[in-house]
Amino acid sequence: MSDYRIQGETGEWEVVIGLEVHAQISTNAKLFSGASTEFGAEPNTQVSLVDAAMPGMLPVPNRECVRQAVRTGMALGANINKYSRFDRKNYFYADLPQGYQISQLYHPIVGEGQITVSLDDKDPDAPTKSIGVERIHIEQDAGKLMHDQHPTMSYVDLNRSGVALMEIVSKPDMASPAEAGAYVRKLRAILRYVGSCDGNMEQGSMRADVNVSVRKPGYELGTRTETKNVNSVRFVQAVIEQEAKRQVELIEGGGTVVQETRLYDPDRNETRSMRSKEDAHDYRYFPDPDLLPLELDDDFLAECRASLPELPDAKQARYESVLGLTPYNAATLIADADTARWFEALMAEGARIQGKDEKDVATASANWLLGELYGALNRLGLSLADSPVSPERGAELIALVADGTISGSIAKQVFEIMLETGDPAAKVVADKGLKQTSDTGAIEAVVAKVLADNADKVAQYKDGKEALFGFFVGQTMKAMQGKANPQVINEILKAKLA
Amino acid sequence: MTDLTDLTVTEIRDGVADGSFSAREVAEGFNAAVAAAKPLNAFIVETPEKALAAADAVDAKRAKSEPLGLMGGVPIGMKDLFCTEGVQSTAASHILEGFVPQYESTVSAKLWAAGAGMLGKLNMDQFAMGSSNETSFFGNVISPWRRNDGGNTDLAPGGSSGGSSTAVSARIAPAATGTDTGGSIRQPAAFTGICGIKPTYGRCSRWGVVAFASSLDQAGPMARTVQDCAIMLEAMAGFDPKDATSLDNPVPHWEGALSGDLKGKRIGIPREYRMEGIDPEIDKSWEAGKAWLRDAGAEIVDISLPHTKYALPAYYIIAPAEASSNLARYDGVRYGLRDLPEGAGLQDMYAATRAAGFGPEVKRRIMIGTYVLSAGFYDAYYTQAQKVRTLIARDFGRAWGECDLILAPTAPSAAFGLGEKSDDPIAMYLNDVFAVPASLAGLPAMSVPAGLNGQGLPLGLQIIGKPLDEQSVLDAGLAIEQRAGFEARPGKWW
Amino acid sequence: MSVDLPTVKKIASLARIAMDDAEAAALLPELNNILGWVEQLGEVDVSGVEPMTAVIPNTLRLRDDVVDADPLTGGGVRDKILANAPEPQHGFFGVPKVIE
Repeated sequence: MSDYRIQGETGEWEVVIGLEVHAQISTNAKLFSGASTEFGAEPNTQVSLVDAAMPGMLPVPNRECVRQAVRTGMALGANINKYSRFDRKNYFYADLPQGYQISQLYHPIVGEGQITVSLDDKDPDAPTKSIGVERIHIEQDAGKLMHDQHPTMSYVDLNRSGVALMEIVSKPDMASPAEAGAYVRKLRAILRYVGSCDGNMEQGSMRADVNVSVRKPGYELGTRTETKNVNSVRFVQAVIEQEAKRQVELIEGGGTVVQETRLYDPDRNETRSMRSKEDAHDYRYFPDPDLLPLELDDDFLAECRASLPELPDAKQARYESVLGLTPYNAATLIADADTARWFEALMAEGARIQGKDEKDVATASANWLLGELYGALNRLGLSLADSPVSPERGAELIALVADGTISGSIAKQVFEIMLETGDPAAKVVADKGLKQTSDTGAIEAVVAKVLADNADKVAQYKDGKEALFGFFVGQTMKAMQGKANPQVINEILKAKLA
Repeated sequence: MTDLTDLTVTEIRDGVADGSFSAREVAEGFNAAVAAAKPLNAFIVETPEKALAAADAVDAKRAKSEPLGLMGGVPIGMKDLFCTEGVQSTAASHILEGFVPQYESTVSAKLWAAGAGMLGKLNMDQFAMGSSNETSFFGNVISPWRRNDGGNTDLAPGGSSGGSSTAVSARIAPAATGTDTGGSIRQPAAFTGICGIKPTYGRCSRWGVVAFASSLDQAGPMARTVQDCAIMLEAMAGFDPKDATSLDNPVPHWEGALSGDLKGKRIGIPREYRMEGIDPEIDKSWEAGKAWLRDAGAEIVDISLPHTKYALPAYYIIAPAEASSNLARYDGVRYGLRDLPEGAGLQDMYAATRAAGFGPEVKRRIMIGTYVLSAGFYDAYYTQAQKVRTLIARDFGRAWGECDLILAPTAPSAAFGLGEKSDDPIAMYLNDVFAVPASLAGLPAMSVPAGLNGQGLPLGLQIIGKPLDEQSVLDAGLAIEQRAGFEARPGKWW
Repeated sequence: MSVDLPTVKKIASLARIAMDDAEAAALLPELNNILGWVEQLGEVDVSGVEPMTAVIPNTLRLRDDVVDADPLTGGGVRDKILANAPEPQHGFFGVPKVIE
């Protein structure tokens, strides 16, 4: 993957990619006001006098925004700057009521960190690559313009104005669309683990500015372009492909790449120059005189650290080494914070009701979640969050298999009923009379009948066709409507056929 | 009965409380004085009904024997930089003409809660940028003072709080709010023979006050006596969680602790303030001030504030830089003036609105501020100025090892005639040469009348104190007031 | 450093203040005068000096993450937000059409 190359007329070109990801910090209120951040409200109903930049209004920062940015930085193993400042980025636009965005240029809250990505998600043994994070800073989001409501006017909605964002700036460490995709996915997973951003790219709570340049291998960095506000992993990759191709063609055609801001048009799958925002930017950054320096004390940092959950890499390692899960299962379960949380609830409940260690129920839990439950959810078109069966109910079902109350195949039937009725497994088993029998006498009687009815096959078995053992098990199970303990059937059959 | 408009804040408050007169009588008296003073152009908006309503509320409380508040029954003028709910607030700029805030500034809200009433919104230099009140969109404010040469030259009331200084000295308001970014309370107070104090930066909330330069802006009272200032400052000050730079300190009972006895206090005389070509009359009043403070028991010591001469140039980088950004919100989108030429796009609308809405001095400062923050010049100008500011603050910090208060002239001259300096920005800026250092260091500073010059115009003396030590500043002001015997008042010509 | 006419016009454009040549030309000597005067700051030795951040020692206070805790800084006040709008439109602020 890192040998991704653009084949030009003059030879091969490398691509150099850096990403600036804007992630909306999950908070109730905005960065500098008490207005709500909830998505989808009526226009201008979640706007305070502060957000509308009325004369004399002043910003007071929201502690939770600071806390979440710090926790995110810690999750990326980054330096947390105990001293940071807010700066004003000055420019005029209708979605920017103050005429400046409060951001952090000179002293960001988080310094260098890194994200380790797998170079092939499908292969747990694939090599990994460490992508540097340059910095994370906190800033205000802008409002929204609607252009299609009126023939000669645009409409301004300030509901998003002042919502807190983290800008997570990577180093130009990525060399292919796939690496960039893996970076965004991994970053999103970490943000969701930390709880600092919901990672919802469709609603715009996470979006990326994609910096792309090309160069001949071994040469200096080329001039980069920045494609703004790309809002899906797929589009990030498409931007890189298109932009790299465009730049190579441009250079090979005798042109030069201009450092500029571009927009991605998903319908045409192309980037184009954003002329309207391009006029001689001089942002005149300076420290916001309405805000003092932000100084974090040790207690604050200690709380941030103590409240961090186990992160994906650590979790995967633990799932493999402590719980004994396969690398594939472990990787699948940790890829998303909600899945891991679901799995751990399932496993914990299973261990509790079975009186066992978590590691002793881990594999059965993982297999059931990734096999039965995922299969059912896929079929029903539901996400894990909407699962009709809770982790507690799932654990009860798994426990019934583990203690021999029902067989694995009965468990599948029970689960189907649970999906429809929401009833606990034990109730389904009782109502439908699905309890498995381990009654040796009853099983012996059935086995005897099966062997008598199939005397020819018994003869063949005894002649060495041992594969028929499964046939006898199946016939016995069938005769007992699946409710016999397969272990007991095995033992009895073995004795009878010996 | 005495003319109620001759009374001080203290006298009105006490008289209303003891039933000598009603708050309504006071409000009616001042309303009439305001209505009769149109030639001074001190008010942009008059609100006699607000003054009466507040007075009636105080009278009703008194009838029920309820507490009347620190400013109970005192009608005041409100500088138009403060946003007042339901009453046009413009910062004296065309760009905010017609703007009616849907909120009340913290400081004005505190004053109303303390029983004060509003006579109206006071004229001022546009966006508080000016030292003569000649930059208002609503016309010059005329000082009530006249030179004793028999002429009728219109004089500057100082600025930017020129409506405030004029109203108080002309006795059309017993007190007024001011704001001080680089001398805008003290210099107009000095020009008009009244008192005014700029408290420590952070004492008064900036919430709801139209911003000029955020790191410098401070509200404060302007009134005729030191005690009046103490009372009103107490009503205005206090922690406000809506202002991140507000100081979370209790508000002292300044009036109660007021004392003109300065025994044990050392008064620093900064040698760098003795500038070349200083007006001999200013120097004379400074000498008088030293004698009065010595008489009050203080010890006079020479001190040095080595970076004084750099304060004004540093100020004229920092304040315009902040202003250029603070004033970016006046863009014609959400409130105020919108100038939309035929076929104009958004950016054209901004440029047209701002060109039409801002006055020349405001534009000049926005241009300077924009330039000093622009790419390639930021460090040379802005960062350098903020470093110099650190040195200026350090000068004061060092001086506090040798003295408790600093005495200096408030302004380098008495009031000048309108138009005399308006063609030369730097000459105008130099008015604040003595006021700006304390602003840059965030220190409390006060101007009190020290006497009249040969032309019969008031001169002010400035007292600068340590951070949060408004008490000592007020005490020294009182000591001067007690000894200066300043009784002069402008003759009524309007 | 002194500015020339194109620079004055560029600054005016950056500050979004429409200015014709005559106005810019009139402003030019004033700006140069002021800039020349403030340049005396360059004389000051500021080595090892940090730029001023807070004049009165004070640390930045942070707010709790509570919606509409204070109505003065909370949302849900659309009428107040739009009360002074030059061009209110169905709950929005109207501006000349922007082409992005």
